[in-house]
Amino acid sequence: MKYRIKTFGVTREIIGDREKVIETNGQTVAALRKALHQQYPELTGLRSLLIAVNNEYAEDTTELQESDEIGLIPPVSGG
Amino acid sequence: MIKLTEKPIDIQRVIDTASSLGAGAVNVFIGTVRNNAQGKTVLWLEYEAYETMAVAEIRKIIDTASHRWPLLGWGVSHRIGTLRPGETSVVVAVSTPHRKDSFEACQFIIDTLKANAPIWKKEVFEDGEEWVSARPEMAIKE
Repeated sequence: MKYRIKTFGVTREIIGDREKVIETNGQTVAALRKALHQQYPELTGLRSLLIAVNNEYAEDTTELQESDEIGLIPPVSGG
Repeated sequence: MIKLTEKPIDIQRVIDTASSLGAGAVNVFIGTVRNNAQGKTVLWLEYEAYETMAVAEIRKIIDTASHRWPLLGWGVSHRIGTLRPGETSVVVAVSTPHRKDSFEACQFIIDTLKANAPIWKKEVFEDGEEWVSARPEMAIKE
């Protein structure tokens, strides 16, 4: 499956693009995370990596649609 | 009012938005850029936000706060872009009938915003730059 993701913060620097299409072996958030770790091992060094689907934090079991807006959320530090 | 802006925050405007004639208190939190971190001088910070989601998350936080405390008014403004020490990064203002609730609600909103909102800051030092909290701290070897 192919999913377009938006990157933020340190993930933008690691992946090198504000948006990227990632190919996965599954349709879940967990499958996307696995593909990301494989393609960008530096992501595994982060304290955390959450994934947002359509502007909401998603669980690993969440199933993705190709039309979903997907965002990578490294550790937040607002305020 | 939930605002993300690259321009300096109009603090009075946030206060005015939060104010209410029925309120006995307006509580305001102003977050400012510190000139030091980890024992080093901070030259500037770069703030980034996933804007649509940040607004959605802050709205959820306000919603939660409104159910726990009798908010009569509120306002949140967060700056993005490059900020220098001394500048204001975030303002949270709430008004309630009595002051105890205003302190509690204001603290809850800023604490939860810091924990949940998809906003990030990068510290820029003379000898490098770092996204705050992105990586586990290095263990100190003896």
